[in-house]
Amino acid sequence: MGIAESILLTIATAATPLLIAALGELVVERSGVLNLGVEGMMVMGAVCGFAGAALSGSPWVGILSGVAAGALFSMLFGVLTLSVATNQVATGLSLTILGLGLSGMIGEPFVGQAGIKLPSLHVPGLTDIPLVGRLLFGQDPIFYLSIALTAGVVWFLFRTRTGLTLRSIGDNHASAHALGIPVIRYRYLAVLFGGACAGLAGAHLSLVYTPQWVENMTAGRGWIALALVVFASWRPLRVLAGAYLFGAVTIGQLHAQALGIGVPSQLLSSLPYLATIVVLVLISRNRRLTMMNTPASLGRAFVPDR
Amino acid sequence: MSAEADAEPLLEVRGLTKIFGALTACDRVDLTIAQGEIHALLGENGAGKSTLVKMLFGSLEPHSGDIRWDGKPVRISSPSVAKKLGIGMVFQHFSLFEALSAAENIALSLADRTPIAAIAEKARSLSKAYGLPLDPNALVGDLSVGERQRIEIIRCLLQTPQLIILDEPTSVLTPQEADKLFETLERLRAEGKSILYISHRLDEVRRLCDRATIMRHGKVVGHCDPRRETPASLARMMVGSDVKAVERPAAPQESGEHLLGICGLSRKPAGPFSVPLRNIWLHVPAGQVVGIAGVAGNGQGEFFEAVSGEARQDAADVIRIRGKAAGLMGITERRMLGAAFVPEERLGHGAAPRMTLSENLLLTRHATDAKAFVGAGGLVKTASIDAATQRIVSEMDVRKSARDPEAASLSGGNLQKFIIGRELDRQPSVLVVNQPTWGVDAGAAARIRQALIELARGGSAVLVISQDLDELFEMSDAIAVMNNGELSKPIPIAEATRERIGLLMGGAEPGHAAPAALAGMEPA
Repeated sequence: MGIAESILLTIATAATPLLIAALGELVVERSGVLNLGVEGMMVMGAVCGFAGAALSGSPWVGILSGVAAGALFSMLFGVLTLSVATNQVATGLSLTILGLGLSGMIGEPFVGQAGIKLPSLHVPGLTDIPLVGRLLFGQDPIFYLSIALTAGVVWFLFRTRTGLTLRSIGDNHASAHALGIPVIRYRYLAVLFGGACAGLAGAHLSLVYTPQWVENMTAGRGWIALALVVFASWRPLRVLAGAYLFGAVTIGQLHAQALGIGVPSQLLSSLPYLATIVVLVLISRNRRLTMMNTPASLGRAFVPDR
Repeated sequence: MSAEADAEPLLEVRGLTKIFGALTACDRVDLTIAQGEIHALLGENGAGKSTLVKMLFGSLEPHSGDIRWDGKPVRISSPSVAKKLGIGMVFQHFSLFEALSAAENIALSLADRTPIAAIAEKARSLSKAYGLPLDPNALVGDLSVGERQRIEIIRCLLQTPQLIILDEPTSVLTPQEADKLFETLERLRAEGKSILYISHRLDEVRRLCDRATIMRHGKVVGHCDPRRETPASLARMMVGSDVKAVERPAAPQESGEHLLGICGLSRKPAGPFSVPLRNIWLHVPAGQVVGIAGVAGNGQGEFFEAVSGEARQDAADVIRIRGKAAGLMGITERRMLGAAFVPEERLGHGAAPRMTLSENLLLTRHATDAKAFVGAGGLVKTASIDAATQRIVSEMDVRKSARDPEAASLSGGNLQKFIIGRELDRQPSVLVVNQPTWGVDAGAAARIRQALIELARGGSAVLVISQDLDELFEMSDAIAVMNNGELSKPIPIAEATRERIGLLMGGAEPGHAAPAALAGMEPA
């Protein structure tokens, strides 16, 4: 395996959890809900994913546990913000803090245990094609899922009537309610989807990226995913671009540090953040397009009058 | 009620009641609508009209009462049930989505899964048939209010309803656009459809409607044939007493000093859906009320922000207050020059909803009335603020539940009286008001208008932005029209006719006052 190929593979592995978590949050925000608890749901997915795999011996059970944990945890947010109409920002932040603490407690017995890695795909013949074989046919299954998910979200939001309805709720929930659209039900489903995605992203971290459990192992990736959604102006393909750019610069600066070039390592470590923000801001210069894609009722609690 | 007893009514409502907390918004309301009639629902703001139609459309659930449709009892539990029965609604506050196209907006209210392209085609042909031109692919955010209403109407008609409910449809239209709407409605009546028409414009009700039901304080107080009534008699039924006419003493000779001058004001659009201002010239002399007419969303909000200082200008002499160049000043500095401003939005803009009236008074006047309200070391003089609050309350007849309640607890009309009173209490030499009586009942509106005229006749310059032409004709000494960010030359009230103003509102003769008209304005 050549060095370029291995770098590309690590980039894909680094970008996948960001992409999945951000796609989930994108759907949530398109419905007009701002869930700042991505980091918390992600870390819950990571710890429950690891625990599920460790207890059952199957990484697939681990993945499913991670998804279920993220989804379940998001429902705490859903009940509070949608049924009781609490402040979304405060509730989301609490969810993150709770998730970080709770995951530390759940994960206590698993610290230092050897993890079970989800096996990568291997198609005899195809995977062994030089240069592109491993990239196209030899990655972990979650990578393929994340690409399919991107296409699926694009199709759902912009090609289906249900997606149109979801976007309309994000644009103006009062109007949607007046037309008889069940605003709260749509938002619950969106939040659930976001939670499942964050859980899957977390499970990817503890079962694929670095197969082990370390407290706080999400290390701010949930926040990056949140930022990606905003800087990508709520458009799935830009989220994909942003996630891969972030992954590429992260891996690139690690190699640069290893080579020992004369730039302070702190500066290099901050490069992925800077590069992603600069590029995404540059591509969203069209203010009209950005405003059109911004969910106008984002973060506003909705209480239907009956 | 006996006239239609022989024919089966399309809709029959008996004893419909809706309670919000301590307020009975609808109290045992009865209503019958016959096949093929245009039925008016009249009443002041807060009379319960909107609550009633929301129950008919399934947006609100009644506490008690029966609804019969085609003779059969029905329970309308949601808008989709109403649509299935054949009830369509055109909302007062548009229920459209700005970031979506017209066709997408229409698709959202249709239950079936017809492809968007097919809906666009249907909407196009229907709009042609009714003479309501509409581009289905246009983004709603880019459309004028008149065009938006067309979408609402087309959307409603596509559901082929038997009963169409229109909630104050003409409040955002030019007189010419309203005429077009009446033609459409008459055509629908000829096709045998029934229409429930809510309005507080009595002239158009008399012209259009076959029967009227009048509501006051949540109760039905009468039925009549509006064609046999006069506007005054209808108003009396709505208000329950005679409405005092506003008196406008003769304006002083046009020798008054120009207290407010707007000299070539231009502004780029602030957002994708806002209107740019184009080279606006206007001066308001002492002693006069100048009105700005225009359909909502033609730049009035942007204009108000620029004049009040919420948005500063690039050059100082674009705005002149009492002769001083104020274009670069903020709101407080402009207030210090003797100007006062009343924005359109009462809660959250004109007043802080969760703060008391006296706190709201201090918030706007702490700088201009520092001597009266703020003592040594920056301490607030609560006693004098309280006295001023009570003075305003009694002066403007603000009705409230406690001595110093939260602003949000007042009804819209009473809060507006307080906000206007708060500014009048300072005796400002320039007052700029946006929509002074929007959503205010007739009694309170008359009081506010009278107070503004008196301020002007006392030697101040008053600029009133309003979408209510009746109001402008009642108050103004001259009326200018804003259309698509441009302001017409002010027309003296003696020469202004509704038709002329209406044409300008529709953009018939764009243009602005020549700078020469302001030649008399010298910097101080």
